Amino acid sequence: MKISENLSRREFMTRILDFAKKALIALPFVSGFGAVKAFTGGAFLKTAEAKELVAYDPSQHLYAMGVYIDRCIGCGMCARACKKENNVPQEPFYFRTWVERYQILKEDKTIVDSPNGGIDGFPETTNKADVLRSFFVPKLCNQCKNPPCVQVCPVGATYKTKDGVILIDDKYCIGCRYCIQACPYGARYLNPVTKTADKCTFCYHRVVKGMKPACVEVCPTQARVFGDLKSESSPMVRLERMNKIRVLKPDLNTEPKVYYVDLDGEVS
Amino acid sequence: MKRFPNQIIRLIIPFVIIIAGLLIAKKFLVPASFGKLGHFRADALGEAMSKPIHYVGQQACADCHDEIVKKKAASYHKGVACEVCHGPGSAHVDSPTENKPPAPRDRGFCPVCHSYNPSRPTGFPQIVTVTHNPGKACISCHNAHDPVPPHAPEQCGACHGDIARTKMASPHVDVPCTVCHETPTEHRMNPRMYVPTIPANREFCGKCHAKDAQSAKEIPRIDMGTHGERYVCWECHYPHLPQVYNGAAK
Amino acid sequence: MESLNERLMSALQQVSGYIYPNEIELHWSLLIVIYPFITGLVAGAFILASLEKVFNVKELTPTYRFALLTALSFLFVAPLPLLAHLGHPLRSYEIFFTPNLSSAMAAFGFVYAWYLMAVLLLEVWFEFRKDLILWAREERGLIKWIHRALALFSTDVSEEAVRFDEKAAKIITVIGIPSAFLLHGYVGFIFGSIKANPWWSSVLIPIVFLASAIVSGIALVLILYTIVTLLRSEKIDMKCLDRLVEFLFYAVIIDFSLEVLDFIHRLYQSEDSIKILSQMVCNKLFVSLVIMQVLLGTVLPAIFLVFFRYSRFPEELRRLAYFISALLIEMGIFCTRWNVVIGGQLFSKSFRGLTVFKVEITGFEGILMSLALLALPFIILFVVLKILPPWRISSLPVDKN
Repeated sequence: MKISENLSRREFMTRILDFAKKALIALPFVSGFGAVKAFTGGAFLKTAEAKELVAYDPSQHLYAMGVYIDRCIGCGMCARACKKENNVPQEPFYFRTWVERYQILKEDKTIVDSPNGGIDGFPETTNKADVLRSFFVPKLCNQCKNPPCVQVCPVGATYKTKDGVILIDDKYCIGCRYCIQACPYGARYLNPVTKTADKCTFCYHRVVKGMKPACVEVCPTQARVFGDLKSESSPMVRLERMNKIRVLKPDLNTEPKVYYVDLDGEVS
Repeated sequence: MKRFPNQIIRLIIPFVIIIAGLLIAKKFLVPASFGKLGHFRADALGEAMSKPIHYVGQQACADCHDEIVKKKAASYHKGVACEVCHGPGSAHVDSPTENKPPAPRDRGFCPVCHSYNPSRPTGFPQIVTVTHNPGKACISCHNAHDPVPPHAPEQCGACHGDIARTKMASPHVDVPCTVCHETPTEHRMNPRMYVPTIPANREFCGKCHAKDAQSAKEIPRIDMGTHGERYVCWECHYPHLPQVYNGAAK
Repeated sequence: MESLNERLMSALQQVSGYIYPNEIELHWSLLIVIYPFITGLVAGAFILASLEKVFNVKELTPTYRFALLTALSFLFVAPLPLLAHLGHPLRSYEIFFTPNLSSAMAAFGFVYAWYLMAVLLLEVWFEFRKDLILWAREERGLIKWIHRALALFSTDVSEEAVRFDEKAAKIITVIGIPSAFLLHGYVGFIFGSIKANPWWSSVLIPIVFLASAIVSGIALVLILYTIVTLLRSEKIDMKCLDRLVEFLFYAVIIDFSLEVLDFIHRLYQSEDSIKILSQMVCNKLFVSLVIMQVLLGTVLPAIFLVFFRYSRFPEELRRLAYFISALLIEMGIFCTRWNVVIGGQLFSKSFRGLTVFKVEITGFEGILMSLALLALPFIILFVVLKILPPWRISSLPVDKN
């Protein structure tokens, strides 16, 4: 979003007001302990806190994630934290995020694996001498600009918010699984408990409060970066400025908002 | 104009009843907030925003444990958030004395990141768990909040075992690492802050391998003027295993 | 009964290559195979019926009403497999009340309602109204009231009214043909529009679905007509049967050509998915695609049909051959649906691996449920034939103006 030269008075006022709102939201974080406690206290926010959230204006943000492939050590902390943060079933068939290992061998062969989504580590499976190159690729919902899942949902149970995040309404989802079929990235699963579709939300409950998604929070090597594309000081803007980036399956025109730095051409 | 067919009237009645019934049902069954912000239930947005938080973030830890956080912030683990090792902190923040976060003290945890895995990026500190002081807990030598090697390693192979093993099988076995890599002493304690040098040009190899070099007779010689003059040596020869040429043993 | 977890664990052991971790669970199972199979039968049976009405194929008169009622019985069942497969069947009304217009699946409510209410029920009503009134006049008791109620208590059987019925039925059939195309073409579009899935994503899929629907519908009417006529100890109209077989043969040829075209096109274009798709066809789908669908379900019955149609064998033998061919074709079309629906989920969208599909016996998506759903339309048809016997002609005359 460029700052326009002719800022009308009305726009000016909106921005001032918006700044005030943001400052109000930021206040509890600055004040620290008590506020954090308030956010985490109960299962759901109390009315007072819910009102505070109303001040959050989604149209002022556009969230994206960046992944530095060369920093990922395949520790699986992200996948583990994600399951804890979002109550994802522990069985190895349900992942909001997971880590893949790529091993490109000398004889024009590529081995990919992701045992338990990378949560339990990656045991050596190939003779090291046969490997040309090898690396890890964290995967998650790409929060596409043109999300095929939203397009196919028959009832409007999955939707795109103004800040660019694709969410699922688990009280409205009928469990037809069309969205799961339509996702080219295998990012969705049917939650066996709720019987509704489920996937990564960029930890929406965290990011609207200015926090990082759980996977980004725990990534020990900062391989994952999260930020607001509409904010000049966002680490995402820096990532986009400084690197050659690629998205997954660009030919499908889904326009993902998970950007990979130094992604290998083998990755699918 | 003939009279209006009786059939049509008979059919219209049930159709009207059905459509009216559906319209009434729609009024009751569609959630009130549906469609306010788009084709979805607007209330769902608020529900998504107010899911409980488990990982409270480093700032929350710093509020009480500022000493440790400050120490960690100056260490190699500055990028490792507290909750990476200690788990989600929301319960602890809620009632600090009742819920103590776990602190992994056994040998199983650190290798999640630091055990050797060829797919890991080069330069990331890794150990082979079976040979690296087997049986000893990591924290008996390393402080997780300020991890440095407990004492300066005697040999390069302690950390660069892979290269050391390769070099063992090569004609360069007797060439000490420091001949090619000038290594500041601080590198042993602060490996990534003080990085050893690498040879800069082909003349470096020529010091031993050029036709007119002042070196032992049995060392293979080349004519620096005609032998691959547009390339640097290590584009074809891997210095730690120089008999390997372009990836294949000659 | 194996729990979901145990099932997924054993599937995990049988994965070859790499599949995304969320892909181990196969999301559309047997019920979704049955759904397009049944809607295909509906569309096919209706198009067969329309041949008589719109295109005046007089030999098919004995099957006209019968085909209509078959289509109706199957249409009642068509949404049930979908419903049973939903995670939240009780929320299914949302598809009618808040349809997402960009979703192919959301159109289901409207396409189904249109086809049921505006086409099939109306056509059946206009077709049977005169008979319902006349039957009611010579009946007593419950059946009289059922027939009167089904006629919506109309009593007008003047020549003018009957003429209007005939005209209305004809107009509805004309509307019904594109509607039947819409119904099944749209089912094909549900799959064909998924760009993430190269096995489904094809412009030809809706047309292939349509052609195979016509094949399955004609074969079904042929099978049912033969059985029901024999059960009623009536004589089978051999002219009608021969004509049915001709149309069946044409439909099989069109269907098969389209499928071959689709196959050759894929092979020739050889996009990035071709490796994993050919692996799938050669291993996991070999029996159901190459043997059951193509050889036993298409080529063999097609040869049978031509051979017996133009041979001079006695009628009984021909009838038997027709009957067996139609059964084989029906099996083949079921395999077509299977190969599309299950096949589309056996390979990973990473194009790097294959998974397995194990059919459950019990459970909501198991074989028993599926058999029940497949049997249900026949039971409904039995009841419908009792109430609306298509062959019963009232002895009473039509009222004179």
